Formats: sequence, structure tokens, C-alpha cells
Amino acid sequence: MTLHRGRGFAAINYPIGMNLGGDPSQALVHSNPDGKFTVALSAIDLGQGMKSVTRQIAAETLGVPIADVYVDTADSDTGPHDMGSFASRGTHRMGNAVIQASLEARAVMLEAAAEELEVDAGDLVTDGQGNIHVRGAPSRTITTMAAAQAAQFRQGRTIAGRGIFLVPLSEVDPETGEMSPVTTFAHAALVVEVEVDAETGEVEVLDIQSAYEVGRALNPGLVEQQLRGGAWMGMSHAAWETTEPYYPDRDHGPVDFDHYAMPGPGDLATHHISVLERPAEDGPYGGKGPGEMCANPVLPAVVNAIYDAVGVRIDDLPVTPEKVLRGIRANGGARPRQAL
Amino acid sequence: MTKIPVTLTHNGAERAAFADPGQNLLDFIRRGLGDLSPKYGCGQGSCGACTVTIDGETRLACLTLAETVEGCDVRTAAGLGQGATLDPLQQAFMDHFAAQCGYCTPGMLVSARALLDRNPNPTREEVVEAISGNLCRCTGYDPIIDAILSLAGRKASA
Repeated sequence: MTLHRGRGFAAINYPIGMNLGGDPSQALVHSNPDGKFTVALSAIDLGQGMKSVTRQIAAETLGVPIADVYVDTADSDTGPHDMGSFASRGTHRMGNAVIQASLEARAVMLEAAAEELEVDAGDLVTDGQGNIHVRGAPSRTITTMAAAQAAQFRQGRTIAGRGIFLVPLSEVDPETGEMSPVTTFAHAALVVEVEVDAETGEVEVLDIQSAYEVGRALNPGLVEQQLRGGAWMGMSHAAWETTEPYYPDRDHGPVDFDHYAMPGPGDLATHHISVLERPAEDGPYGGKGPGEMCANPVLPAVVNAIYDAVGVRIDDLPVTPEKVLRGIRANGGARPRQAL
Repeated sequence: MTKIPVTLTHNGAERAAFADPGQNLLDFIRRGLGDLSPKYGCGQGSCGACTVTIDGETRLACLTLAETVEGCDVRTAAGLGQGATLDPLQQAFMDHFAAQCGYCTPGMLVSARALLDRNPNPTREEVVEAISGNLCRCTGYDPIIDAILSLAGRKASA
């Protein structure tokens, strides 16, 4: 058994959003008479944290406690229009729409409070704890619940707001193909270390060192969660997963989880993550979002590390032991580049 | 079709319901007992989303005939914690961001609770072994392993 170690590097500039005849997201925000707010979206939360991060953004913009905001998503029959949860666009597109909707709702909430307090709405501030008071005079105060009830039962106002964030369609230049499909990019670079068994062709991903620039990390726990899980998926795409191992021949494809190989809890690489926060100018509170970028750069880094380890350049995923062994044989043996 | 009466203890409560011949325990728990916490993932014992304990042993409900649990003590993720009071394991999953889409989570919790009950101070390798039958597609497993390990050394739950 001859084990060879290698290191591979990859970097990525990842676009936020897509050029699909325009890239709009809408949000609607309204308060109930108890002073709590509902945010209606049609973007799906499939575990990536869409609800959590839009809830934070709405609470921050409205100036109310996060516990007073409920995010309702995923009914595209009744909700506002959205292009969807894809293209790493969620935090950026929906977040901006939620800010616009929340600002409009906040303005009405402050007008309702101003009428009750008999002051100018421009003099009012929120404390984020469920209270609205006159700037510099905290005793001149009203709760958001009392303001909402006054709006509903005395003033006849709807504390509500509409938001849309639209990136218009970028026309493609027929001569050059030039267009501006995205508004912002997220970035990452990582180094992967692998060990390749030159006799069996097996590849083990040992370690990942990564740096991600995602704008401001609006929820650092969720950002790390996405990066960690996404890197696992990238490792899995690189060296494990396929539905068609002999494509275009469809034979030998897996038909169930027993035959669809994925790394299990005993096959993990250590992963050290650095998140660089560089707030995006057009992002909601500076956020861009990790999205798909958390998986993609792992693949080329793994392939580069294999090349470093045994001198085999593989351009057909996943990297199976068979491909590694065929490459080593074609080269007349393993050709490790440099001892680490 | 003849119905088969099944009496069992479900999350500490005496329950009785009719099972169909050949009905699997997962379907029986979800439709017969109304406990939706065990999930249907693959239906063939490969993913672990339906993991329950039967008399303290982890079992795949999709591969267990409902009629075979007569008189048994069956526990699911819904039996963890008391109302708003979470089992320490559930709290640890929250604290470590150990769930994303959440579909594997009930099975993971049952496997992990069973491990901690028989071995309150597991090593990382023992945690890995205990959850190796539970597939997760989102987390990369690390946060789940960390959550379980954070309870190592604590007293097992009742």
C-alpha cells in the first residue's frame, strides 16, 4: 500500500442572482392588532435559513423585537411574487425587498404612534424592545402593540408595507454576448488536502482550509452551518456521488441509498472556516449570502490535490478509484509532485 | 381484511390501535397513533429517518411489522422533552445548528438518545458509529456529532 498526500487550491467568484428576464422578489409586511408583524414571502426555506434571516432583517428595519416578527413563506398562490430560492439570491434579493416593505410599514406605525402621542412622527424612535418614544424624551412613549391597536380600532390605518427588489433584464449584446447578469459576487478560496492510495485508487479528503467572503454575515451561526454542510456536499460530489457512473451508458446507476454513495459521519474531513465580512453596498445590511458557493469550489480543489498527490489529472466527476487507477497506469505509475 | 389489535407503550403512554396484517410500524405509528415524528425516507432501511426504540433498542420502524410490538415499549422523537421543556439533546441540537431541513433530525435524536442512555460518556468514534445508520444531506454531520458530544459526561435522561 502506497499512500500519497497532495494539496489542491481553488478560488471562486460566485454571482448572486440570475438574468432571467429580470430578477424580482416581492415582500409584504403587515401588523396585527397585537403589534406583531407578519412578513409574507414566496421564497422557500428548505433549511438554509431564509425565514431566520428575513425575520432578523424585518425586525431590525421595523425596530421591533425579533420575537414579534413571523415570516410566512412558500404559498405561491397567495403570497407575493418571487423568482425563488436559487442562484444564491435569497438573502440579497428577498432581504432588500423585506427592508423596503418594512420601511413602509414602519412609517405607518410611527404615524399611528405620533397621533396617539400628539407629536410629530419625525421625532419618534423605536427601542427595538417593543416601544416607540420621542427622541430624547423616553417618558413620552407608547408600545408597538398600543400603536397597532390605535391604528386598527381608532385611526383606521393599515400598518403595512410593500417591497420589491428588481434587477431588470440585462439585454445581451448580439455581437459580443456581453451582459450584466448579476449585481454582486461572493468570493471564496480554499486548500484541500487528500490522501490517495496508489494501489486501490481510493481518495480520502483529509482537511479543508477555507476562507469565504459573503458580505456581512447576518447570522454567523447559519453562515457557518451552510459552509460546513456545503463543503461536505462538495466533497461528496467530487469523490462519491453520481447517478450515472458510466455515462452515457445508464447501466450500473444506483437505484437507492444503499448504492448511492455519500460520505457518512465516519468519512469527514476536518474543516477550518474563516468568514471575511466585507459588507456589500447593495446588500441588505451588507449581506450577500453563501448559497451554492459553499459546495462548488471544493470540487476543483479536490481534483487539484489528487493531481498534486499522484500526478493524475481527472476532468470527469466523480473521482472514482477506477479513474485514479487508470490514470496512474497510463502514467506508468504514481507521480507525486513534491513531498509536502 | 382482519385487523390485528396491538397494545403497546408509546412514549410512556399505554396505547391500543388496530394494525393491518403486514403493516409496518412506521405507518402504524404515523397513522394509527398519530405520531408524525418518525419520517418516511426510503422505506427500505437505508436512511434511518424512521428510527425508533423498541424496549430501548434502536430499530427501523419501516422494516418492523407493527404486530410484533405487542406489549413493547416504543419511543420516538416526539417522546423527548415535555411540552416546551426540551430534552438536553434537543437543546444541544439547537445550540450547535445541528438541523437544516430537519427531515433526518427525529431519527438522529432517537439514535443519539439511545446511545447516551446506554453510554453517557461516548467517544467521537462511538457517536459516529451510533449515527452511521442515519443519513443527513444538509449538515455534513459535524454539527450533529458536536451536539451529541457536548452532552458526553452528563447523566443519562430518565
